[in-house]
Amino acid sequence: MRKILFLPPQSSTMARELDQLHYSVILVTMLGATAVALAAAYFILRYRKSAHRGTLTPDPDPTRTPGGIPYWLEFAFIGFLLVLFVTWWVIGFRQFVRLEVAPAGALEIYVTGKQWMWTFAYPNGSGSNAVLYVPAGRPVKLVMSSRDVIHSFFVPSFRVKKDVIPGRITTMWFEVPQPGVYPVFCTEYCGEGHSTMRAQVVALSELDYSARLEAMPRLELAGPAALVTTAAGQAPGESISLASMGERVAVTHGCMRCHTADGAPHIGPTWAGVYGSIVTLTTGERIVVDEAYLTESMMDPQARLRRGFQPVMPGYQGLLSAGETGALVEYIRSLRDTPADARLSPLAPAGAPPVELPQEAPGQVRSGLREEVVPEPLGPVQPRPDLPPYAPPGTDPGTAPQPGNRQEVPR
Amino acid sequence: MTTGAARELTEPDYLHAGHSVRSWLLTRDHKRIAVMFLVATTLSLLLGGLFALLVRLELLTPERTVMNAITYNRMFTLHGIVMVFMFMIPAIPTVFGNFLLPMMIGAKDVAFPRLNLASFYVYLLGSGLTLWAIAAGGADTGWTFYTPYSTTSPTAVAPIGLGVFVLGLSSILTGLNFIVTVHTLRARNLTWHKMPLFVWSIYATSIIQVLATPVLGMSLLLVAVDHLWQLGIFDPTIGGDPVLFQHLFWFYSHPAVYIMILPAMAIIHEVVCTFSHNPPASYRALAYSSLGIAFIGFLTWGHHMFVAGMSILDSGIFGVLSMFVAIFSAIKVVTWVATLRRGLITFHTPMLYFFWFLFLFVFGGMTGVAVATSSLDVHWHDTYFVVAHFHFIMVGGTLTGYLAALHYWFPKMFGRMYPERWAMVASITVFTGFFFTFMPQFLLGNAGMPRRYYSYPEEYQWLNVLSTGGASILAGGLLLTLLYLLVALFKGPRASRNPWKSRSYEWLAPSPPPVHNFLEQPKMDRGPYDFHLPEV
Repeated sequence: MRKILFLPPQSSTMARELDQLHYSVILVTMLGATAVALAAAYFILRYRKSAHRGTLTPDPDPTRTPGGIPYWLEFAFIGFLLVLFVTWWVIGFRQFVRLEVAPAGALEIYVTGKQWMWTFAYPNGSGSNAVLYVPAGRPVKLVMSSRDVIHSFFVPSFRVKKDVIPGRITTMWFEVPQPGVYPVFCTEYCGEGHSTMRAQVVALSELDYSARLEAMPRLELAGPAALVTTAAGQAPGESISLASMGERVAVTHGCMRCHTADGAPHIGPTWAGVYGSIVTLTTGERIVVDEAYLTESMMDPQARLRRGFQPVMPGYQGLLSAGETGALVEYIRSLRDTPADARLSPLAPAGAPPVELPQEAPGQVRSGLREEVVPEPLGPVQPRPDLPPYAPPGTDPGTAPQPGNRQEVPR
Repeated sequence: MTTGAARELTEPDYLHAGHSVRSWLLTRDHKRIAVMFLVATTLSLLLGGLFALLVRLELLTPERTVMNAITYNRMFTLHGIVMVFMFMIPAIPTVFGNFLLPMMIGAKDVAFPRLNLASFYVYLLGSGLTLWAIAAGGADTGWTFYTPYSTTSPTAVAPIGLGVFVLGLSSILTGLNFIVTVHTLRARNLTWHKMPLFVWSIYATSIIQVLATPVLGMSLLLVAVDHLWQLGIFDPTIGGDPVLFQHLFWFYSHPAVYIMILPAMAIIHEVVCTFSHNPPASYRALAYSSLGIAFIGFLTWGHHMFVAGMSILDSGIFGVLSMFVAIFSAIKVVTWVATLRRGLITFHTPMLYFFWFLFLFVFGGMTGVAVATSSLDVHWHDTYFVVAHFHFIMVGGTLTGYLAALHYWFPKMFGRMYPERWAMVASITVFTGFFFTFMPQFLLGNAGMPRRYYSYPEEYQWLNVLSTGGASILAGGLLLTLLYLLVALFKGPRASRNPWKSRSYEWLAPSPPPVHNFLEQPKMDRGPYDFHLPEV
């Protein structure tokens, strides 16, 4: 059946199930269209003018009773279709939800689309162009954005696809049971090179995957280009995690003048424990701090401002490269289990001179500011119980201290 | 009564009411405007078809065949823009709607004859702008103009956008005119439920045109404003949201699909009843389902965006609403087939086109339900499966409906009969070509070939070759049709007043009709499908 329909191999954990719905829907489609055509053909032949009794019946023939079908039959048919369609929809929507929501603990890889190339950034700080390496047998979540126009990441063999949009973060996930090579297409028209914007997913066994990551070039964060495939200034094999790169980026770009990593209140919200928490905006809306919100807050800080903070942060659009943004987000993610030690830090007056770097005074509590705590029913930072504790990516599974960390997802 | 008899009457038929160019260009006669639209939209069809053939020719081989990637991207863009905005949206309402709608309600003309003529010139202006932009280099954005690509493309996007904007205005004028005409100019005794079903569907179409087209205009204007003054509406580099454009674009362009298919359904209603000599199995089912499609059609646009980062809940809601459109369409299909039962069926070319329509519409419609199933659409979205799906239902439906109408009303419009044998041959050719063009594309989409691809992996080649072969056959069939209809226009045998023995009101007028349509005001004391009563 798969071969008759020209479907590609079922290489992801979801593919087989999706195809089963596909078969039933397409079969009913073909049978339905054929049945309607046959019924019409039968009527046209059966009731053709020359088939009526006698020779040519006078027109009109008073003995002829007009056609039609009984109402109950028509209603039964419509009811049947309604039930059929809604059944498909229910099954399809449940599958869709599973396709959209990545399992907790999926390995996250950052994807950047640009005319006309795909680049991939891995949690250990390495990067690759046009070839996405993933471990077989482990769910992989792609965190994607575009640097120019809309692209779309499509792996036919996995039956997954997601648009990659500038100024937004979209995610998709898949799990490949078997090592192999699978083609990737760009499916949102993006210009002259649209049809050449292809890539490959290479699924490797866990061992090969780790070896491959180690051998790959590191991201170069200093330059404007997000992903330079040279390992300049980097000893071969030296592993720097994306999170620690993010820490460096934060220092380089002066983020720590207003934000803290240890939970201390300051001009801007602390990064400690902020990822995955629920915060209240100036509009009163409450949102979950995720990759999209973090990225947006870097690029357009006033778009969704958190309650209790002044709109003083400049936008970093064009100042942070995609790789640096990814590294920063990863760094903030890595602080998700650091407890925030103050409920909220309100403001210093707008235009306040930069204070000393909080890293240089870890744990220092600005007690003068604590009195100005604005009571908030929810509290700004609530670690979500459904998120696994953070483990630095790339940690060796054998030495990872925390139980239940992401490396120990059954594979 | 023949045309010969009509000639003897004091009032000449509309074709002979004046021979000067001026008498055509400044006419306010809905029939002459319809004929001018027929010429204009036929030229658009030829142009769009030419672009389509060039696209198919390029896709014969996986790499370069005859043109480079930039030219190819322009070709598919122009194909889409010309076909959608210059042929499929206007063709049936402006040609057959214009010609027939006043006659079917016993009126002498539409409510606003001058506006009707204005609509034609606005159409010409919009088409002219678009053609000028094509000559100036064309655009390469696809007919969907997705931001931010469209705002950054160096090609002539602005004049084409303006052209489409102006074409939209023409569409609104025609729709408005029809709505007012149906409400105010129905003949005495002609109640809503005695109107031919054609009128109901065109009426439903007009509602969509008037309500949805302004949104297209607004979105195009916002793109221009965003581009000129950096307002940051759609452009993400200045804080805009490119997905917002998709919402606005599809809020028009999905209902636009029903602007294309509802008029085809209008034609099918008439063809089925006339050639089976049966009243519709359920008049109300057919009439109200047209309105149902028009209404639900406004609530389904999000199904174009399942993988565009829309929320999961939205995707689910848009998915299930899209399926309700299929329910209304299914009501129509069942009723058409049921109308055939116990009929007195005469089989002419329009009936053959009805048969093709039925197959293409049901198959295309069912694949529409398939792509509305959210999880399956993730694989199919933006692949050739979707291309095949919308060509089956939109183009297959509209084109077969259009051709059915052209043959069915040819005697009424021009007072001549078309050659039946040639028409049958051409009809079979058109369907064969169509089938082999688009059936392989369903399979290409399943195999994962994305749309708008200039080069493609080699394993997709033989299906592409098949598709290109089909397209050539389709083009041949259409050219043959054009040829024999042109000949029949001058050499065809004279048509009688009512060659198909229809009971609908437009056949009460002579063929071709005089300037004021009817020699005497029709009484409208019977229904348009009263086949149990003798012909008038």
